[in-house]
Amino acid sequence: MLSLSSQYPILVAIVPLMAAPICALLRGKTAPWAFTTITSACTFYISIQLLFSVASSGPISYELGGWAPPWGIEYVVDLLSGFMLVLISGISTGVLLYARESITKEVAPQQLGLFFTAYLLALTGMLGISITGDAFNVFVFLEIMSLSSYALIAMGERTDRRALTAAFQYLIIGTVGATFYLIGVGLIYLMTGTLNIADIAARLPEIEGTRPILAAAGFIVIGIGIKLALFPFHVWLPNSYTYAPNIVTAFFAGTATKVGVYLLIRFIFTVFGENYSFGELGLTDILLPLGVLAFLTMSSVAIYQTNIKRLLAYSSVAQMGYIILGISLASESGLTAAILHIFNHAIVKTGLFLSLGCMFFVVGSTYLKDLEGIGKRMPITTFGFVLGGFGLIGVPLTPGFISKWYLVVAALEKGSIIGYSLVALLMISSLLAVLYIWRVVEVAYFRDPPDSVVKREAPMSLLVPTWIFILGSFYFGIETSFNVGIAKVAAAFLMGGA
Amino acid sequence: MSIGFFNYWVFIILLMIGLYTVMSRSNLIKKMIGLSLFQISVFLFYISMGKVSGGTAPIVVENITDGVAPVYSNPLPHVLILTAIVVGIATTALGLSLVVRIRESFGTIDEDEILEMKDGA
Repeated sequence: MLSLSSQYPILVAIVPLMAAPICALLRGKTAPWAFTTITSACTFYISIQLLFSVASSGPISYELGGWAPPWGIEYVVDLLSGFMLVLISGISTGVLLYARESITKEVAPQQLGLFFTAYLLALTGMLGISITGDAFNVFVFLEIMSLSSYALIAMGERTDRRALTAAFQYLIIGTVGATFYLIGVGLIYLMTGTLNIADIAARLPEIEGTRPILAAAGFIVIGIGIKLALFPFHVWLPNSYTYAPNIVTAFFAGTATKVGVYLLIRFIFTVFGENYSFGELGLTDILLPLGVLAFLTMSSVAIYQTNIKRLLAYSSVAQMGYIILGISLASESGLTAAILHIFNHAIVKTGLFLSLGCMFFVVGSTYLKDLEGIGKRMPITTFGFVLGGFGLIGVPLTPGFISKWYLVVAALEKGSIIGYSLVALLMISSLLAVLYIWRVVEVAYFRDPPDSVVKREAPMSLLVPTWIFILGSFYFGIETSFNVGIAKVAAAFLMGGA
Repeated sequence: MSIGFFNYWVFIILLMIGLYTVMSRSNLIKKMIGLSLFQISVFLFYISMGKVSGGTAPIVVENITDGVAPVYSNPLPHVLILTAIVVGIATTALGLSLVVRIRESFGTIDEDEILEMKDGA
């Protein structure tokens, strides 16, 4: 008899997929939420088991339906994908713990079943992208994730009708991105006759000088770049994050763009190989300026926002710039910094959006003008927000400091004038982060609250998950063996020419 | 221009027409039409690459009369594109339903008019 644990790679994607239609049938305020939370917790448990077994006994390959790769679809769990699985399912579960009271304020009760169905489908898509070893399967999961995320963002409509136009804009841009990816995969299939990622990687070196492969690489990098909000393609992100329901924003801020980065790393390092990506394709010359522009311009734009949610959304694009910079350095230390920052930024940003969600729950707005004196009205929540803000700036003891430290080390390793100027630019960007966090602090602590309001905290069901993320971020900023350890080994594995 | 690549040229032309429509029209329905065209052109690309010259439909023939094994076209791209067609339909359906909701709350489906509103996109 097959043991259940040998089926974990398929279960992690299929459990939320099968749970989704059941969830659509559930009614009431609590049932869909409880069902989704349990499902998400199951995937979290399976992900942890997978990560442990990968860490102890090497990559797992799972043949779907018993068809041997490269003919059948293969699911591959290596250290990086196991890491992504744990990150995604962990953040999803944490956000869901918070969701019960928060979401009833933003979505009509009769729509909750369908809302959580879309949530489960988005989770399925992200987990599927992380685990699959088949280039076309990635497209399918990418679209499962994207279509459900358009629906989830549009659910913010009850609070602000601009959620609809934001979702539509994202749908147009996201579909163009996914179609570019599809064209790229088509060109690769045309040249190699295979869709299995490992098989493609083995066959590419023979034909990597040809023009279709060059075009394929271009289409895939741009397509994924749109999905991960790479600097000039980021326009959909601030709108979507601003008008989506709070838990959706918190969930996506930690996971959706990170999945895009994971795909980019997969294609650059595993499929095309770093020699081709940074040699013939010259990705450093493209990605490095874009990453630098992303964190400089977006941090500056964030300073001038009047809505804190939008401020954090711009800051997300800026943080993606750090990750892209780490990748573009084309070195093991750069890649380590990038993988590390995927994890660290996910935790910090989710914690920030959750504490902002607490403020929204009580005040009903995320505009700076409505949150004057919030530090006196909601001291616990606001303190959590400030601690999260330290993480964004990169104050020592926070995870933001750890990943910036590694990024600076990687930039210095590059040497010459470029490396030094990169370090200077990183410092400038951190100062810009101080400015935009300071704007919130100033409004929260140095302005008096309106006279009519009384001091009132968010309920415990919101505060506890928020503080789990905030304290968790400090834990991973001080005791770094888990995140740094995995990032280092995963980077070495990817650079080792898998 | 080689006529041998006719299908691929049509694919590129359709792709560009679709992308141009998406970018240049402010009417949201027209944008959706452009987006559909953009996606459909890729179907043509996949189907074209599955064709093997002289190949027949990929159905196993049991009794070969003249002793020559038949050449089959590659069925895999067709299967892949069936999936992509489903995705395309889902995208169009979701996009159009969003347009319906936008019409209900903004009273217009013209992007420029929505942008002019105070709380427009």
